[in-house]
Amino acid sequence: MSLRVNDLKVYYKTLKGEVKALDGVSFEVGDGEILGLAGESGCGKTTLAKSLIRMDGRMRHTGGTVELDGEELPIGDDRRMNAFRFHRVSLVPQYSMSALNPTRKIGKMVTELLRSRGVTPDAGKLRGRLDAVGLPHEVLDRYPIELSGGMKQRMVMVVSTLLDPSLLIADEITSALDVSTQKAVAGALAGFRDDGLVKSMIFVTHDLSLTYQIADTIMIMYAGRLAEKAPAKEIIEAPRHPYTRLLINSLPEVGVRYAERKLAGIAGSPPSLLNPPKGCRFRDRCPLAFGQCEQEPPVVEVAPNHSVACWKA
Amino acid sequence: MRRYFGRKLLVYGLTFFVAVTINWMVPRFMPGDPISSMVARAGASNPAAAETMRAYYTELFGLDQPIWQQYLNFWAALFQGDFGISIWAFPSPVSEVILGAVPYTLALMIPAVLLSWVVGNWFGAFAARRKALDNAVLPVGYVLTAMPYMWLAVLLAWGLGVVAGIFPVAGGYSFSMRPNWSWDFILDLLHHWTLPFASLFLVALGGWAIGMRNMIIYELESDYSNYLSALGAPQRLIRRYAFRNAVLPQITGLALQLGVLVAGALVTEIVFSYPGLGSLILKAIQNQDFFLLQGTFLFIVLGVLIANFIIDIVYVVVDPRTRAGMAGAQA
Repeated sequence: MSLRVNDLKVYYKTLKGEVKALDGVSFEVGDGEILGLAGESGCGKTTLAKSLIRMDGRMRHTGGTVELDGEELPIGDDRRMNAFRFHRVSLVPQYSMSALNPTRKIGKMVTELLRSRGVTPDAGKLRGRLDAVGLPHEVLDRYPIELSGGMKQRMVMVVSTLLDPSLLIADEITSALDVSTQKAVAGALAGFRDDGLVKSMIFVTHDLSLTYQIADTIMIMYAGRLAEKAPAKEIIEAPRHPYTRLLINSLPEVGVRYAERKLAGIAGSPPSLLNPPKGCRFRDRCPLAFGQCEQEPPVVEVAPNHSVACWKA
Repeated sequence: MRRYFGRKLLVYGLTFFVAVTINWMVPRFMPGDPISSMVARAGASNPAAAETMRAYYTELFGLDQPIWQQYLNFWAALFQGDFGISIWAFPSPVSEVILGAVPYTLALMIPAVLLSWVVGNWFGAFAARRKALDNAVLPVGYVLTAMPYMWLAVLLAWGLGVVAGIFPVAGGYSFSMRPNWSWDFILDLLHHWTLPFASLFLVALGGWAIGMRNMIIYELESDYSNYLSALGAPQRLIRRYAFRNAVLPQITGLALQLGVLVAGALVTEIVFSYPGLGSLILKAIQNQDFFLLQGTFLFIVLGVLIANFIIDIVYVVVDPRTRAGMAGAQA
């Protein structure tokens, strides 16, 4: 088991009180597994991604543990966590377009970054990685401004995976890209896993159809909790949680004319996490809600590797 | 590269032309008649003698010619390095009077501008995000930068000069000395230089420190800083990168500030009766000395243009994006 997250709670400190963005989430990611993490905005997926590598100043680790390769990650302790960053856990950020220092040549920046982490730069290895994603070696002699958006994205992926981390977090990396580039980027990420450069990966996105293409397992989150987790094929073809079903129904399908059948959305919006409602957090928007939903549904494994948090599943 | 500098030079040439023209126009369209005041100063009581003097001076300064002719003459003389004869310091040529004042102004301005910039940037960058220091730097910086130059100058002159008696309050050197290359004289020069320098330096310092502090905080919040933090890079590296990026707007600010600082030095020089260009401008205005006024303004215009040109070159060196722009690429 590469990554084991156990009842993780991360709250945001605000003036009005604590926002329970991540409220007791447990899951595991195996060796060589790509976990797709999906859900609406505000469901806690970015909070989860950030918690695993670097919390921002407003986040508090309130409970639960994270284990990577059998070793506990000190995610609430910024200093101790530093030893794990880049070496063991790495990140491909949402903002790849602006992730590189604009006033340093890329090669020099990479060298300085590696030296600062106590690693001797290996030019041959770096070139090999560039070849793998189809970047010419000359990019090392250029400034970020001289690269196209797609090139910058690939460059950041190369930098992030340079030390062969055990866990790679890709946080909404495709949201700024056009559809054909999205597919290429997703393919490159899967390639990193296939070549054994990274052991496991968490791929965060709000785009279910893209996740389906590269993820082995998909985890759906809702309002800071796990809603459903299952192998990719199973979750798309046989979803058990009403939220997952509605989410899949709201995706357009190729060949269907939506003039005839209106594309369904999900009415309403996620609840405020400042004072989340008791019981199932989805029940206000759920078409199947009934009396028992006043109590919180436990996460139950309904089939091998298929967990759902719903009374009706 | 050549096209970029060609275009820049053209713009600077045009600016120079317009500035010189305005510079020529302003004193001439000012109310008052400088010849009358010269004649009056000579105290000629006989009307016929006064008339002869008037005719002599008018011809000497070329003021009898039509105005367009005066303008052309002005340009022709300018290219020969002839700025005319000063009315206030008659009969010394303007160029001589100015050259006597320029070293004082430059010795005051260049260290004040550059040192305040360097120290202010360094201090602002150091203070940013360091709680206790930051809380001290910000208010002190605001107080300093909000202070008018001359007010601080007066305060320093009064406090350290009149009350404490540590520094002299007027002049470029002691009245008892004649300029020469002895150590005594140089020490005396430095002694007189300290207070005007301190007043210019302190006021500028606050502004630079605040600007840099804010820029650094902005850069530390930027995406590349976050990315480096996520990869566990030490604060030292991140701050170094932030400084390099934050200093770019400060360089532009320096270029803009240069023009304003000349005016700042003007009042400071007057407060300390410092024999630089500022005092010269005041005397030229008081005596309706067209030629001296023109000459000093020309020097200031040249100074600002040269300073800006140097900044342009520096910018090309430090910001790769400017270089990309020169090659015709889109930023």
